[in-house]
Amino acid sequence: MSTPQDLNIDYVANLARLELTPDEKAQFAAQLGDVLHHIERLAEVDVSGVEPTAHAFPIENVWHADEARPGLSVTDALRNAPAQRESMISVPKVVE
Amino acid sequence: MSAPLHFQSLAELSARLERREVSATELTQAVIARTKALEPRLHAFNSFDEADALAQAAASDARRAAGQARGPLDGIPIGLKDVIAVRDQPLTASSKIIANFISPYDATVTRKLKDAGAVLWGRLSCDEFAMGSSNENSAFGPVANPWDTTRVPGGSSGGSAAALAAGEAIATLGSDTGGSVRQPAALCGVVGLKPTYGLVSRYGLVAYASSLDQIGPFGRTVEDTAILLGAIAGHDELDSTSYNAPVPDYRAALQSGETPKRIGIPKEYFGEGLDTKVAAAVEAAVKFYRDRGCEVKEVSLPHTRYCLDAYYVIATAEASSNLARFDGVRYGHRSKAATDAIDLYAKSRAEGFGAEVKRRIILGTYVLSSGYYDAYYLRAQKVRTLIRRDFLNAFAEVDALLTPTSPVPAFKIGEKADPLAMYLLDIYTIGVNLAGLPAISVPCGFTSTGLPIGLQLIGQPFKEADLLALAHRYEQAHEWSKRTPSL
Repeated sequence: MSTPQDLNIDYVANLARLELTPDEKAQFAAQLGDVLHHIERLAEVDVSGVEPTAHAFPIENVWHADEARPGLSVTDALRNAPAQRESMISVPKVVE
Repeated sequence: MSAPLHFQSLAELSARLERREVSATELTQAVIARTKALEPRLHAFNSFDEADALAQAAASDARRAAGQARGPLDGIPIGLKDVIAVRDQPLTASSKIIANFISPYDATVTRKLKDAGAVLWGRLSCDEFAMGSSNENSAFGPVANPWDTTRVPGGSSGGSAAALAAGEAIATLGSDTGGSVRQPAALCGVVGLKPTYGLVSRYGLVAYASSLDQIGPFGRTVEDTAILLGAIAGHDELDSTSYNAPVPDYRAALQSGETPKRIGIPKEYFGEGLDTKVAAAVEAAVKFYRDRGCEVKEVSLPHTRYCLDAYYVIATAEASSNLARFDGVRYGHRSKAATDAIDLYAKSRAEGFGAEVKRRIILGTYVLSSGYYDAYYLRAQKVRTLIRRDFLNAFAEVDALLTPTSPVPAFKIGEKADPLAMYLLDIYTIGVNLAGLPAISVPCGFTSTGLPIGLQLIGQPFKEADLLALAHRYEQAHEWSKRTPSL
């Protein structure tokens, strides 16, 4: 099991696409170090041969008929868009 | 003298509406007046729409006049936690990142309440994205506990519990991922139920941790909670984790007189950190059931000490994934300082999310990151299997479990500054979410300073009717639910 010191906050913040201030980095690293220290207790448990649980009551093969139904109108879908043009959401240039 | 309209039970008001002793408009006006008088002190609402509520009430009165009333919820003002979508109304999750969002559609529970004729009233405050145990994580300020306005109402559905306790709504909905309905119900002296995972559709609920989240009802009484649960439960093909089975008549189950007889007391839930006043109140409830002929026995849930650890791995992992959608592109806050696409995500999220949400995203991203997945996430999911097995083993011997809901009564606003100390408050409620079980918090006393105490009953999967009947039996023999805060 890893140690809490492994939490490289810059690396993780970048993965999470979350810009943090120097103060936040220092504060979160200390607080999450405490939390991770607590979580390390999971290593005490003997989990050999135990299947993981993703959902308490797994339901499999949930299908419904492939029928066209009314969805959100363009107006509704764009209603909360921060920027739009010609019925499209506009974003900063992604590729040069 | 009967209680003022805003403090009457849903069941009582429903009967009075039916007898035409009161109209939906009068009732809604009373709730609006109460809300406007108290909100400067409580701040349980993020917003409310008076004209919209009055229009819904007028429509209810018109239906009733035409002989087309739709049942017990028709004309009853019900408040919704601000993580449940109501078309054309704001949906903020108490976060700056979607502070200006307007729902383009109804959640399934919203549609069901509209179909039942309920008057949807207000957007209730909560911890940001339902992450917290005190409602102090709202971007729009804390909520005051109606029993002592210097204290928290609990969380994350603090606004739902406080508004109901104060008479600003007749019943409310919250959501419960690790105790977020039950704990505030306990701290505010109302009833709160977390349904079995899959009983209530999550369609239109802002996702926090999808394998743990359930929408749950708050009521002034167990009967009110049963009525509301009956209205929102049921299969929904828009939620692929929805359970496909008929919904029993929960209200009728209360009158059947058939309550479970075997009650287990998990010894791990009565240890260190439990407030003595809470322990005494819960032990008195244990005595009550024993005196009424129930077979009460101690049981063990040996993996209880790992619930918190498994929860904070699984919940934050799921949250980091769910909250990836808030990136400033399709909706929500978009940073004006961004230079390119990646920078747009990072800055919009930095400006939009509060501290607790950021902490949980960082933790969740870390436990899922390459090299740590097996040690944290996969291991936590295996421990989750063991935790669930503990409960199912206990249910081979007993019908229900009885525990405190929260280890402490309501604490002071600002008192718990350390995140870990706050997380430890959830120790009695999170196991239920990991195991997907139903549980209810019922008022079981008050401290000497007048703060409510809650009792938790945990049931077997999809046996909400049994759980409600057991809680009802206790409630009927006590006066706790009849007390109201003096504001």
